Amino acid sequence: MTVRRRRMHLAAHFPGVNSTTVWADPRSRSQIEFSSFEHLARTAERGLFDFFFLAEGLRLREHKGRIHDLDVVGRPESLTVLNALAGVTEHLGLAATVNATFNEPYELARRLATLDHLSGGRAAWNVVTSSDAFTGENFRRGGFLDRADRYTRAAEFIEVARELWDSGDSDGVFRPFAHRGQHFDIAGEFGVPRSPQGHPVVIQAGDSDEGREFAAATADVVFTRHGTLEAGRSFYADVKRRLARYGRTADDLKIMPGVTVVLGDTAAEAQERAAGIRRQQVSPQNAILALEQVWGADLSSYDPDGPLPDFDPVPDSGISQGRTRRGDTVAIAEKWRALSREKGLSIRQTVIEASARQSFIGTPEAVAAELEEFVTRDAADGFILVPHLTLGGLDEFVDRVVPLLQERGAFRTEYRGATLRSHLGLSDPAGRG
Amino acid sequence: MSPSYGRGLLHLAAAIDQPAVFDAGSHVELARLAERGGLDFVTLDDTFARPGPDALCVLSRVAPATNRVGLVPTVTTTHTEPFHVQAAVATLDWVSRGRAGWRIDVSGTEGEARLFGRRHAAAPDELWREAGEVADVAARLWDSWEDDAEIRDAPTGRFLDRDKLHHVDFAGDSFSVKGPSIVPRPPQGHPVRVVDATEGHARPVAARYADVALVQAVSPAQAAAVRDELRRRAREFGRGPGTPRVLASLLIDLGDGEHAAEPGHGGGGPRQTAQGPLYRGGPVDLAELIAAWYKDGAVDGFHLTPAEPRRDLERLVNGTVALLQHRGLFRTFYPGSTLREHLGLARPANRYAVAGGAS
Repeated sequence: MTVRRRRMHLAAHFPGVNSTTVWADPRSRSQIEFSSFEHLARTAERGLFDFFFLAEGLRLREHKGRIHDLDVVGRPESLTVLNALAGVTEHLGLAATVNATFNEPYELARRLATLDHLSGGRAAWNVVTSSDAFTGENFRRGGFLDRADRYTRAAEFIEVARELWDSGDSDGVFRPFAHRGQHFDIAGEFGVPRSPQGHPVVIQAGDSDEGREFAAATADVVFTRHGTLEAGRSFYADVKRRLARYGRTADDLKIMPGVTVVLGDTAAEAQERAAGIRRQQVSPQNAILALEQVWGADLSSYDPDGPLPDFDPVPDSGISQGRTRRGDTVAIAEKWRALSREKGLSIRQTVIEASARQSFIGTPEAVAAELEEFVTRDAADGFILVPHLTLGGLDEFVDRVVPLLQERGAFRTEYRGATLRSHLGLSDPAGRG
Repeated sequence: MSPSYGRGLLHLAAAIDQPAVFDAGSHVELARLAERGGLDFVTLDDTFARPGPDALCVLSRVAPATNRVGLVPTVTTTHTEPFHVQAAVATLDWVSRGRAGWRIDVSGTEGEARLFGRRHAAAPDELWREAGEVADVAARLWDSWEDDAEIRDAPTGRFLDRDKLHHVDFAGDSFSVKGPSIVPRPPQGHPVRVVDATEGHARPVAARYADVALVQAVSPAQAAAVRDELRRRAREFGRGPGTPRVLASLLIDLGDGEHAAEPGHGGGGPRQTAQGPLYRGGPVDLAELIAAWYKDGAVDGFHLTPAEPRRDLERLVNGTVALLQHRGLFRTFYPGSTLREHLGLARPANRYAVAGGAS
């Protein structure tokens, strides 16, 4: 019996505001200028990627009461950039991360439908939520949703958006809509005719139990962080299993972990380059900052090349605002100290070792084989690559790994359809119009 | 060197609205046509009250397909988030490399309010007061990053000089914003703010915040009266002479290109209609009208809305504009690259840099 090879999906994450983005490298370019976005998007399209992905931040992060200044800061507004990118690409899907807490369904559904029209059916929306009063200080709404309401609002938001997308036909004839729910009470007429994809692709990134359930119920793509084969297989099986409950099949939801790739001509060279990138990512100042986030205290007098603090962390210090919490800091501190003791590592070496998230390191042949293994062994349907350099960060993968994946029959050799849904092998949503 | 009173450079802008058109190609085509004529900018209107695409998204799509022409979408302030609005306009400025404008408008109907379900319709004065606050906070947020805030200083590990980023701590009547913006200061410093000042409600906002005011008028005297009022009020707000630039808004129907302007139109001036002042006639007579109003010193230029978009814009560019260029009244190429440069407006100083203090 022959096994039909499953083709993987590939996407590229713009390396902007992200602690893994290396800005001090001489090759690093602007994270704001359109030319950077254009270069990366064109490279992704040259590599026949499914889509290009932009993250979002609505409040600059703060640490010890001041704006965080050690990583890349500042980014353009995603949907505006993606509409411009639609003009310099032809097939590439265009995914914007947009917060469901600090937007209203009518306006956002309209902007997404506009992108879908202007790009000929390439729009995607990565739905994120926030209950963060810190971020809320920039908005009329303020930040008052508690954690439980974040998902109910997001779920209702998507439901309303789809009602709106379904309310117009392609000739611009609209049925009036009326929606009354826990979070939204709206009515009227949607002013954008049915867009090429019907519904822009919905992406969701959430790892909690409720996040997985939410994805199984509503998303087309899940953006995960499970880097290892075993963790990936377990997540994959769990999320796919949940689909049946919503009358969906395994093909209806694509699981795509965010991954990094470091290449070398030999395995040893790749490892060496990976270590070099880790040192660039964790500057001495960044190492102290990471330590302060765990310890919840000012550690600016510590030597990054010296030993870790010998006191226990301050719990719930709130020292950093606007970034993901680190969880149980006491346990993390204990783990870091153990690591440092065991291997004789300094503060900076410990942070480098403990926060490493590089997923695929090796020769192009080895990386291609490993990526394929993740897909054939049901750990992923594809990958969202997170390069570390703005502008050139995708070049090497597209030039050296994509052709090998194609030779293996593991990746497309041309775009077959015009829309992102067709790239992802998603069926068109049934219109109710 | 920037002329203040009387006759500065003539400025021309055109609306590229088409009823319920959603594809990219036809918008790109019209914007390129306007660019071929050297027009200062194109506008694309937007309202939640009628079908149509998001105008800022459309002009962002147009940006990489054009090089010089200014791009001015309408973005409303009533049901939108001020923080998102300023970020989107700043981003349009980044993707167009300094060609963004923002036509500020409000949403006055209960029908629009129901699409959002957050508040009821309100009186125009109240909506425009809020629009003024949005215009104000937008400029503060554009200034919330000083131009040289990004330092990429490897020895200290600092990407930013955070003393050059500022919380704006804006508290208005109906919203507040902490800041700073997520978007670094855009290429023009402040993208060009445009307000239709035909209605009295909008005039305080136009006088205080607009770089360009649009005024519907059937005669040079009527346009000049509104311009004088706007500039007098602008001076009271401490703004410099020649601000705002005032453009007369006319609908143009150039369908009868071969014939002379109808009596009561063209030479005698446009006719008032329910949609606004309408010029109907040939492109040559339109050039005469533009030259006459402009030489009168009544306006700084014109914002023209074609009745039949492709036909009239083509006749405007190939006929009217060509003639004005021939007479030396209008530019034959773009000497500058940003919309501010086309309009002869200086790049504004950063209010926080001037103050010199941290946030």
